[in-house]
Amino acid sequence: MDTVILLLCTGLGLGALYFLVASGLSLIFGLMDVLNFAHGALLSIGAYGTWWAGTQGGMGFWGAVVFGTAVGTAAAVLLELLLIRPLYRRPRDQILATVGVGLAVPALLTGVWGADARPFPQPAALAGTVHLLGAIVPVNRFVLLGAAALVLLALRLFLGRTRYGLVVRAGVEDRAMVTALGIDVRRAFTLVFAIGGAAAALGGALSGLYFGSVHPGQGAGLLIFAFVVVVMGGMGSVTGAALASVAVGLVQQFANYYTAAGLGDLSVVVLLAVLLLVRPRGLTGRLA
Amino acid sequence: MGDSSATAAPTAALLTVRDLRVVIDGVHVLHGVDLDVAPTGVTALLGRNGAGKTTTVRAVMGLVPRTGSVRLHGGGSAAPGEGTELSALPTHLVVRQGIGYAPEDRGVFAGLTVAENLRLAERAGTPAYPLVHELFPELRRRAGQLAGTLSGGQQQMLAIGRTLLNGNRLIIADEPTKGLAPKIVAEVAEALARVAETVPVLLVEQNLALVRRLAGRCTVLADGRTAHTGDTAELLADEEAARRLLGVGGRAGRGSEVGGDGTGGGAGAGGGGAGAGSGARTAGEVDAAPAAVEAVEL
Repeated sequence: MDTVILLLCTGLGLGALYFLVASGLSLIFGLMDVLNFAHGALLSIGAYGTWWAGTQGGMGFWGAVVFGTAVGTAAAVLLELLLIRPLYRRPRDQILATVGVGLAVPALLTGVWGADARPFPQPAALAGTVHLLGAIVPVNRFVLLGAAALVLLALRLFLGRTRYGLVVRAGVEDRAMVTALGIDVRRAFTLVFAIGGAAAALGGALSGLYFGSVHPGQGAGLLIFAFVVVVMGGMGSVTGAALASVAVGLVQQFANYYTAAGLGDLSVVVLLAVLLLVRPRGLTGRLA
Repeated sequence: MGDSSATAAPTAALLTVRDLRVVIDGVHVLHGVDLDVAPTGVTALLGRNGAGKTTTVRAVMGLVPRTGSVRLHGGGSAAPGEGTELSALPTHLVVRQGIGYAPEDRGVFAGLTVAENLRLAERAGTPAYPLVHELFPELRRRAGQLAGTLSGGQQQMLAIGRTLLNGNRLIIADEPTKGLAPKIVAEVAEALARVAETVPVLLVEQNLALVRRLAGRCTVLADGRTAHTGDTAELLADEEAARRLLGVGGRAGRGSEVGGDGTGGGAGAGGGGAGAGSGARTAGEVDAAPAAVEAVEL
């Protein structure tokens, strides 16, 4: 029983990480048709920003998280303005550019701070464990879950209650028609990149907490599963991404524990295949 | 082009299109469209399927890459007679010059409610909800309903309603009665007639009975060029010209190119305009037109 509880909490924590990456990825693809392979790089930037601010920068943990998230957000905005926007009508070049950034950023991080994993500063309050129904669960799992829940709530409020959220939802359906109502949809592009970048960078900051360290390829490893989540959840659907994140995180943890290590990753791909066969449009019925 | 330059009066027109050309994926879709939209009432843009009507309005809106001149005259932003050149502007800025656009596929956002669809279309100033709700009371009743669950006619009303919120200087409606039931065609026609009392309308329409009733002037496209410009009633009265330009009034085979339902013509003539109302563009349409005109007048 305690093992199940631990696996449940760990799976949900991992799912929370996936959601932080996948929510932005999903919105960006839904609105702009851009497959942002640089999204993992944004996560790495957030992770290293937090690590740097927490160790060299001398900031407290939460200050470092805010700093790392801000750096990742700024990087996302620059990425959209400098690379994505000029290549707007050239989707193939756009993909190549994001793949390039996705490779260049880890290389840059390696060049500056080395390829080895760096221990991540853990505040004492979050380094401990709690007893939950007989299981001993690391506190950081709940931090991740709480952060993901807050991001989900904030995204839903933004999409449902604000004018820009309305523009984004409409743009996911039919971008050209949004412009034909007199709206400059490119401003929504930059905004969505900023939001997605912020969520991914926050995921990066918290992934340091989850894994206990940061390394240059941190984002790339999570990105693969985030893409699986986006496809399962339905492109452009934030709620779908949340459901799929939970499913992927849990399946991965349980399969890794009860079968052989590594089978969990494989089972996620099998899950994706089954879902696409049964519900080709993803969990929420959106176009996958 | 022929007589277009002779009859066109560029300074009097609200919108002047000159030598509009569009190339999509290396294919020349428009080879030089000239079009004047009258400053009042309805101007019809006609032509057979594939003649380039929808591409023309999409090019005016900037939704496809285009060359040539598209000028919007009047208003405060430009010297009189000069007009504002639209052909270099992106779509959202074309719209902000005061052009409302109801596209061929209606372009409503299925996953948004009726109220959200309308709110999205709001621009500067006070949105004219009283006008929209007076013309289309259904939109008020169904404000909370997802637009994707509306009937085709209701979606069309929403699409037209969106163009009326902002005090536009010109409204472009692309086949607003396509695929609608006769009764709904009449409602949409009535709304368009009301709208055209205050705002000029460029109407792309295959329902010639409707065109005859609403549009004073028309431009006919053929193979991506302007083939005719003139008085609508004159054109439709000239059976030979109507057959040549629009492919109606002649052999039934012509109709299958656009309407495809060989029974539509008979139903239209016999059923008091039902065929014409449902958008049948078959051989019988011109003959059935008088009956159809009665059907759309309320």
